Amino acid sequence: MAPLLDRRLIVVTGKGGVGKTTVAAALGLLAARRGHRTVVCEVAEQERLAALFGVAGVGHLERELAPGLHAVSVQPERAKEEWLRHQLKSSTLAGVLGGSRLFQYLTAAAPGLSELVTIGKVWDLAQLDRRTGGTVFDLAIVDAPSTGHGLAMLRAPGTYASVARVGPVSRQAGIIDSFLRDPSSTAVLVVALAEEMPVSETIDFERRLADELGVAVERVVVNGVYPRRFTGEEAERLRSLDGRGSPAARPALRAALAEHERARGQRAQLGRLRRHVQAPVSTLPYLFDPEIGRQQVERLANELERRL
Amino acid sequence: MIADWLERKEVCICAGSGGVGKTTTSAAIALGMAARGGKVAVVTIDPARRLASSLGLAELGGEERRVAVDVEGELWAMMLDAKRTFDDLIEWHAPDERTRDAVLGNRIYQELSNAVAGSQEYMAMEKLHELHQEGRYDLLVLDTPPTRNALDFLDAPRRLSEFIDSRSFRVLAAPSRMGLKVLGHGTGVALSLLKRATGIDVLRDLGEFFRSFGGMTDGMRERAGRVSELLADSRTAFVLVTSPRRDALEEAAFFHRRLVDAGLPFAGVVANRVHQAGGPTDPAELVELLGEPLARKVLRTYDEERRLAERDRLNLAELRSRLGRKPMIEVPHLHDDVHDLDGLRQMDEFLFGVRPGSIGRRPRPSPSRRTR
Repeated sequence: MAPLLDRRLIVVTGKGGVGKTTVAAALGLLAARRGHRTVVCEVAEQERLAALFGVAGVGHLERELAPGLHAVSVQPERAKEEWLRHQLKSSTLAGVLGGSRLFQYLTAAAPGLSELVTIGKVWDLAQLDRRTGGTVFDLAIVDAPSTGHGLAMLRAPGTYASVARVGPVSRQAGIIDSFLRDPSSTAVLVVALAEEMPVSETIDFERRLADELGVAVERVVVNGVYPRRFTGEEAERLRSLDGRGSPAARPALRAALAEHERARGQRAQLGRLRRHVQAPVSTLPYLFDPEIGRQQVERLANELERRL
Repeated sequence: MIADWLERKEVCICAGSGGVGKTTTSAAIALGMAARGGKVAVVTIDPARRLASSLGLAELGGEERRVAVDVEGELWAMMLDAKRTFDDLIEWHAPDERTRDAVLGNRIYQELSNAVAGSQEYMAMEKLHELHQEGRYDLLVLDTPPTRNALDFLDAPRRLSEFIDSRSFRVLAAPSRMGLKVLGHGTGVALSLLKRATGIDVLRDLGEFFRSFGGMTDGMRERAGRVSELLADSRTAFVLVTSPRRDALEEAAFFHRRLVDAGLPFAGVVANRVHQAGGPTDPAELVELLGEPLARKVLRTYDEERRLAERDRLNLAELRSRLGRKPMIEVPHLHDDVHDLDGLRQMDEFLFGVRPGSIGRRPRPSPSRRTR
């Protein structure tokens, strides 16, 4: 199997709030450092990536955030237009159809279409021969929606290929579907936290991805893992001091003990995760910085370099 | 505290971005209100297994189950199954068996009813409306689905009725030359271009789907209208759930503005996982108590905790300033993440301000019993 960063597309998913964008950005930075021309695609129209790197919104067109690292925020409306232009091979005809009320109503209501054009755009970014022209990338990383919606997005091409049966939509959806399922082109990476719900969701996602798409999770990255700072003996010592010390010392003792407990809880969840998933599990440290910015992403990229 | 926000309320909708503890907060609110004498149902979506099993939801589909917990009132819980609710809706609105079977058996429906844009959101609202109509509970607590855009579900009923009323729908349901004329010039051209672009014979494939749907539109439109009314009703309360992290807060502020603009009954904010720390400590004393190496580690931990607490304080102050007079409840970062009844009880103290044991039984608000 090719190393992770040598694939054409990495899909980063995971439960909401686990730090998918941060991990996708760190992975992108690492790939760029290794000389891969990389693009990280956001699909949630939230532009968090730009905020991480302290730049204004990136929009639908690729923009360079750091040397070799580009970002794009996929807008379904724009992706739909691009697709129409490509299909009809004419901007004029695409304008006629795209501008018709019928088309607008239909596409607004058509189930899963937004997901299809979005993943279609991501697929295009990962191609050496891009149908929309523009920069060619060695690697595309998609900051995908959270697990449930992420799975829906990955399933959309297969669903459309079978619903449309014949014709250009079916053919293209089929090509995208095969690309997503081909482990030499695409890798799925799940970000989790060492907590009950994200761990359960990760275990569940791996099973569903295998059942519904026949795809294996490449790797699980557990974000925000606390350091193992205190030994059991030291924790005992802190516990035995409960209620002692001055009012100034007590909150510090309590905070230390609380963090020890949290770290222990995390290790238990990490153990559960490792027992229940097939994919290898890597961890990233909890960053105690008040806000996450470029500097923090650089640090996580360093960590990933050591752990991947 | 929460009990005041929910006074005389029959529906509590918990909304917020993913990963902020929405499911947990919904469950804790429901448990707390049940502990205070209410007959409460929490409607949740895909909770983690342990939370589910602690609520007695392990092998549950779309049926409400009574949670085996010793409270003064009653706690019921159900897990939402969007596909099944959709099927139920079709059964409910289909004028006859033939229509029902035509829709349920339609390929497009089967392939896509689970993925329909906003269907999960709409179905959550739909189920809520149904339970409210039945009037079996004093309070319904809804854990909204983690949508890409936390607001999607607010628009779901409106989008559905708009689409049903749209001319495209009518044309697709009854594609005739006359129908095409209604859509104006160029529609015929648009349809043939569409066929060329997609390879799908829209008139045939989708037409069949919409045609069988056609017989139920009146019922569905009316229902969507009533779901919208319920959202705006004074018996409903929106509780915004957030964490003190910047991205979650930005979404919360945006959401708050939307609720206010839409005139929806916003009750307040619950901020979860708030780091709290005391004032400066005394390093010399810690060294004396613990010895040098351990004291250094404790100091470092405490310092980190204080920095995060300061960040949370500043972030939340900013959100507070945007909320006007609306209240905010802070739930501290608890030792372990909350995923069982013990954890929910721990949250109770912060959400309700007092332990349930210290409150007497509150008179139950009279449940609304209306016929469908």
